[in-house]
Amino acid sequence: MGNDQHLVQLKDIIKTYLPEDVPVGAIGEDSNFVKELNINSANLVDIVLDVEDAFGIRLENEDMDKMQTVRDALNIIAQKLRDKK
Amino acid sequence: MLIINDIIEKLPYTNPFLFVDKINMVSADAIEGCYSFKKDEFFYKGHFKEHPVTPGVILTECCAQIGLVCLGIHLLNTEELNTGNFQVALSSSEMQFLLPVFPQETVTVRSSKLFFRFNKLKCEVKMYNQQAQLVCKGVLSGMIKSSNI
Repeated sequence: MGNDQHLVQLKDIIKTYLPEDVPVGAIGEDSNFVKELNINSANLVDIVLDVEDAFGIRLENEDMDKMQTVRDALNIIAQKLRDKK
Repeated sequence: MLIINDIIEKLPYTNPFLFVDKINMVSADAIEGCYSFKKDEFFYKGHFKEHPVTPGVILTECCAQIGLVCLGIHLLNTEELNTGNFQVALSSSEMQFLLPVFPQETVTVRSSKLFFRFNKLKCEVKMYNQQAQLVCKGVLSGMIKSSNI
């Protein structure tokens, strides 16, 4: 499963938590969760928990601190999936 | 580890917005506490005109103070050795109200942890009256984290 597929899955998770004034089309790889997508810290935790379930991985506090943008999230997902093998 | 009564002292609320009298039990997964609504609570004057009933938002607040904040303080202090200051914020509430609560009633709140991760605590809460009838129930979540560096 490539990175593009991960992005599709991740977008699908994120869109549930987008505020009403942010369109789904606004989600790009460079998007900052808090500053650009207006996702609050409580919903960012929900996103992480959904990502864990969807990809069968577990994130730690350090991963959460590093997860500023959609690309950061994709890198963490890819890394965790590699570690799993 | 904190002694049960120390938890109430650490709460960031005071009169007229403190809705915790006592913590009966606390563990890593659950908490139980109670509160007696006084005859002259500030909101009874206006809710309702000449017919005092405890507002649902206040019942929710009582559930949140016991079920989220008190439990959160306990969890923070068992996780970290440092027992400094902390910040709290309610992030979501979904409640159902089944029975009215009148002045001078004592309610018991039971809360069980659904998860506590990345500073977000999500709990299932239930409030009972003195007749052990379910008054309200729901799911609450909030952020709680140490603010000392």
